[in-house]
Order: sequence, then C-alpha cells, then structure tokens
Amino acid sequence: MSTAQTLKKTALNKTLKKHKGKLVDFHGWELPIQFEGILKEHAAVRNSVGIFDVSHMGQIFFNGPDAFKLIQKSTTNDFRLATIGRGVYSHITNEEAGIVDDIIGFCLALNRYIVIVNATTIEKDYEWLKKKALKMNVEVVDRSSEFSMIALQGPKAIDIMEKFAPEANNLLRFGIIEKKILDKDCFISRTGYTGEDGFEITAPHEIITDIWQQFMELGSPYDITPCGLGARDTLRLEAGYLLYGQDADDDNTTIAANCAWAVCFEKGEFTGRDILLKQKQEGIKRKLKGIILEERGVPRPGCKVFKDGKEIGKLTSATYSPTLKKGIGVGYLNMPKLKSGEEIEIELHSKLVKAKISKLPFYRGSAYKI
Amino acid sequence: MPKQEEIKYTKTHEWIFVEGANATIGISEHAQGEMGDVVFVELPKIDQKIEKEKPCAVVESVKSAFDIYAAASGDVTAINDKLNGDPALINTSPLEDGWMYKIKLGNQDELKDLMDFAAYQEFVKQSV
Repeated sequence: MSTAQTLKKTALNKTLKKHKGKLVDFHGWELPIQFEGILKEHAAVRNSVGIFDVSHMGQIFFNGPDAFKLIQKSTTNDFRLATIGRGVYSHITNEEAGIVDDIIGFCLALNRYIVIVNATTIEKDYEWLKKKALKMNVEVVDRSSEFSMIALQGPKAIDIMEKFAPEANNLLRFGIIEKKILDKDCFISRTGYTGEDGFEITAPHEIITDIWQQFMELGSPYDITPCGLGARDTLRLEAGYLLYGQDADDDNTTIAANCAWAVCFEKGEFTGRDILLKQKQEGIKRKLKGIILEERGVPRPGCKVFKDGKEIGKLTSATYSPTLKKGIGVGYLNMPKLKSGEEIEIELHSKLVKAKISKLPFYRGSAYKI
Repeated sequence: MPKQEEIKYTKTHEWIFVEGANATIGISEHAQGEMGDVVFVELPKIDQKIEKEKPCAVVESVKSAFDIYAAASGDVTAINDKLNGDPALINTSPLEDGWMYKIKLGNQDELKDLMDFAAYQEFVKQSV
C-alpha cells in the first residue's frame, strides 16, 4: 500500500513484520490487524497468553501538589481509591458531562500520577487537561512520544512475569510499579483490555524490542502468541470494555455509556457532576446496552436494532464472539430500561435476525479472579 | 478433486470448476487469506437461479462480511452443508472441502472471459 510510508511506526514495527503481522492503517499508526488469525490469537489470550504491541497508547503525567486535585476534579471516578501504586479506571468529562476520554490513572507517588490515554485522543486530552490545570499548582506533561507499550495478556501472563519481574507478581489488579529494566525507567501495571489477567509494560522505545524478545522466550512453554488489533477488539468486546470513538465520545455521558459504576458523586465537585447526577436521578433517554444474537450471523457496527418493529438504535461495536460462538454487540438504545433477556431484532444484510438484550460483560475471564 | 489447471477464476476471487454442463464454485486461496477466519457462511438455496456477477452468497469472517458473486449463471443443484457446521473449511481447504455450491450452467459462453490460474495469479499480484 502506498499510504504505508506516511503511517507512524511503533518501535516494534520490525518485530511485528518478523512475526508476519498483517499491518494496517489504524488511526494513522501502522499496526497488525492479525498475525496467524484472530480466532487463534483470541483463544491464546483466553486460555494461555498473548502479547500485543500497544505503543500507540498515550502517557500523560501530572506532577505537583495539585496532581490529585486535577485528576479528582476532571474525571468521574474516585481517585482516593488510587493510593500510591494503585490505578483507577475513569472518564475525563467535558462541561456537558460528555466523555473526553476513558483512561486509567495511576498514583506513582505523592503528587505524581501517570494517566494512560487512548491513541486517538492524546492531543485532545492534553489540551483539555492543561486548561483544567490552569489555576492549579500542577504540571501536565504529555510523554506519549517517549514510551512504547506491550500488553501481556492471559491466565499464563503471571507465570512469565514471575521470571521477568517477580516483584510485579504481587501487584493487585490495577496495581503499578516503577522498575528499572535494562537500566531504563519503566512501568509495569496489572491491567489490560481483554478481560484476562495480565500486565501492561510501559518502557522507552530503545529497550522495547528487548523486552518483547524476553517475553517471547519466557513465554515459549505457554505458546505465547503475538496478537493483533482484531483479537484485541473481540477480546475487549466480550469483556464489555468500551472502545473510545465508537462506544463512547464527547456527546455521550458516562451514565449513558452504562458506566455508572465509574462515577463517584460522594467525592464532591467534578466536571459534569450536576448533569450526571440529574441523569442518575431522572433517568436517561438512551443507554448503551449489550445484545446477543439468537440466530446465526455476525452483527457489525452500524447495524440497526429493532423492538416490536420499531427502530430503537444502532450498534456501535459488534462482532462474532469466539468464546460464546455467537454474534454480540453493544449500542445506544432509546429504551434504556430494557432488561437482559428481552427479545429484540438486529438488521443484518436487510433481514431481521432474532437477538436478546444481554448483561455486560458478555464473558468474565481471569481478570475477575485476581 | 479439481486440479489447479482445470479451475477458472473470476475477478471477484471465486473459482469455478466445470464438468460438462455442471460446475462447482468456491472462493480462492488468496480470498480466504484476505478474509481471515471465516465464522459463518450463507449459501444459495437449491434450485435457486443465480445470475453471473450478482451476489449469491455471503461469507462472514471475524473481521467483515463479504459478498460472493456468481461465477456463472445457472440453477443451484447442490450446496456444501458442511460449511454450516464447519465454516473454517473455507480457510483450511478453499479448493476442496470448502467448496460452496454446484450449478447446472445456464450459458457456457459466459466462461470465456474467466481467468486461468496463471492469469489470476498475475491479477492478484497487480491488485495488491
């Protein structure tokens, strides 16, 4: 493809090519959609361990006496839970309570946080957070261009980590440690986007290929499998995780995105709080719901959803679930009170196919057993 | 089992193996590789009349849905039921166990503009 020359390459680009990754344009990044196949990669993560290049993700640091105040007031969740060495999933909100981004913020030390942000929103988040920090005593630093990132995901990830960095094995879910690897400052967190136990390793570009290689060697007894964006998407959708830009955006709130659990009203003022509180108390017109097909077929983003012959919304994410062997999806439906099990229909190739509202997540992997 | 040199290809990546008045149709090795893991196949119905270059089947992979176009016009005489239970046969054996349907040919003249294997390979190389 002639456009490939203009795509941004991660520091692992050569490694991805060596593993015969099928590289595609992912929001301006040259990244693999798959290696040997999405189903094989998906199964590897569910049953053993997979390795992903997620270097496109961003890292924004908050440094200073008001670091806590900034993260607590500009996002929905409660960062009192993020004690030193712990992280919290949260949403950065705009004045209308729309989701600027979904993030994980970690407290590294007193007055020092690292915020992992989505690739497509790095600049937007940075500008927004800087604005929020204007009258605070805190420095907001975008260091995304300094770091690469590997996700090691699956029930066997811990067996690899035991040999790579034994101290990381003591981490709880959403825990983080700072660690020198090959004499460079790196971060290891017990997080991921697959629903399985696993780790995300943030490290400078110059050592990331070495780290990948070490994981491949330590992981060979477990058939460690390089995984692409295709498997990342099927894994995260089964696990009920939002994809920013598809399932969450500036125009939808955290309550609408079915993430009320990530909103803490008790913590006091934060951007968008009043609107979210009103939505919680008075209800909302549209809400993100899970659907599962009762018949054969594969739903796709954009498919229309019907209830009793009336269109009630569209799917924002949808695919074949390799674990459930059924079509699954999520979308904003204008019947927010539909209960799981209620019958609906999905339009596939101009035909209506039977489906049901499903609880989320669709599948609970080893991440829930830590 | 058809030999590679006995098979003709369409520009939309279907193959057709003609035996007298009848033909077997599937998708090419190249096409299955591009589609990725196939998880669902919607086949035409027996006795259905299909028309050359019109969509007559759908192959769904994890990634996307792909229309399969009729390689030639005719009446469907058989479909590969095994694909309903094991759609991955399209990936593992696109030219043999992964065949899709058979037809009684409506018009032999339509076969003239199809490509042989060498021409198809060249076509694939140029379209990448």
